[in-house]
Amino acid sequence: MSVIEVKGLTHRYEDGTEALRGVDFTLEPGECVAALGANGSGKTTFVLHLNGLLTPAAGTVRVCGMDVNKANLARIRQRVGLVFQDSDEQLFMPTVIEDVMFGPLNQGVAAADAEARARKALEQTGIAKLAGRAPYHLSSGEKRRAALAGILAMDPEVLVLDEPTTFLDPPGQRDLRDLLMTLPQAKLIVTHDIPFARTLASRAVFFAEGRISAEGPVEEIVRRFNWEFR
Amino acid sequence: MHHVLLERWSRAISPVHQRDARIKLLAALIFLIVVATTPPLAWRCFVTYAAVLIAATLIARLPIAAVLSRAALVVPFCIVFGITTWVLGDHARALGLLEKAFLSAWTALWLAATTPLPRLLKAAEWYGVPRLLILVIQFLYRYLFVLSEQAQHMRHAAACRAGSQGAARSLFRAAAGALAVLFARSYQRADGIYRAMQSRGFTGSFPAVALGRLTVADAAFLLLAVVPVIAVRFL
Repeated sequence: MSVIEVKGLTHRYEDGTEALRGVDFTLEPGECVAALGANGSGKTTFVLHLNGLLTPAAGTVRVCGMDVNKANLARIRQRVGLVFQDSDEQLFMPTVIEDVMFGPLNQGVAAADAEARARKALEQTGIAKLAGRAPYHLSSGEKRRAALAGILAMDPEVLVLDEPTTFLDPPGQRDLRDLLMTLPQAKLIVTHDIPFARTLASRAVFFAEGRISAEGPVEEIVRRFNWEFR
Repeated sequence: MHHVLLERWSRAISPVHQRDARIKLLAALIFLIVVATTPPLAWRCFVTYAAVLIAATLIARLPIAAVLSRAALVVPFCIVFGITTWVLGDHARALGLLEKAFLSAWTALWLAATTPLPRLLKAAEWYGVPRLLILVIQFLYRYLFVLSEQAQHMRHAAACRAGSQGAARSLFRAAAGALAVLFARSYQRADGIYRAMQSRGFTGSFPAVALGRLTVADAAFLLLAVVPVIAVRFL
């Protein structure tokens, strides 16, 4: 069973802009897919549908066999972990450990268990020593790791990362890539960073004007759309 | 990376830092009430209060000169009232006003410098301060630095393109524009934060985290901090 199954997804913003026009997409367990495409082509709008942050105008989104609807929202949000482009938006609690505990506590996990999960996620992301720090004292790379830890503590089956290498220096990008390679979850990575996509993803989808206009091996898509700065 | 001095002080280790935030908040509140209700010419009381604060600052291993200079920042704000009262002939009240303002600022600074804000807010919540107010303060504190950083970037961008002609006017226009942009960005960011919260299962109320237990050392600290000031004030 696919962990994500999207059929004919259409989305229209309140101002009438049609951001998605019939997107079909599947993600298999353990698979890593890169979402490429120009700015404004609908990539971010698409990923916001995957854990029910936006409601489709038409089409269906299924996560681990469940329709994304109000009744399933809590379970969907536990299964799909969304790491946002701007970590400052994701790290809103006063300390790193509290932020990482936020998701499990919302799931109804007891405080002691939530803390144990949070500490494990911080170990996994290599920032256990930052648990008591305030998020605004962290570097960009540390913030990204803390945001990822906040998602991993929820024990998701799918990781969706929106522009994960933005604001990261090359060592930070390398560390993040190495970390992601160790995580067993299925991943969808929205990125403009082709070397990053190349090393992580086995497949790429190319967004253009609200549609997936092509999909295939990363190398083939990059070549076909001349999608690399040289 | 930001280096906020107060934040750094509050994360230090000392016998005062180790005390429960609820106890420190209570001690500071009692101290402030006692200071505020002391008659202006009760010099014995004010000397005792200062001695207690000096001891509390030293035990907390805070740099006393830096703390005093920061507490003195309150003086310009109350000096106008002090001068007015002095001119009206009530010299004792004028001096009392300055003393009380300075000691109160010192107390608040000591509290903030020995207790990380998250713990302080949790303590305030424990005493019944509305959760919504706590959340507003928490978010304000969290994003103040992000906003100030954005403002700083915009100021640099404006300065890079500033001409020599009509400098003050163009500066004012740039500041007004930057303020509008900052407001719009803050609005946009608030939207993004809410979305990030929703994506991790937020449904409208924050999960509560329990505070630790109070210890004998906490109780002893409270007694040591407030008994001398209450004794000198009322006995």
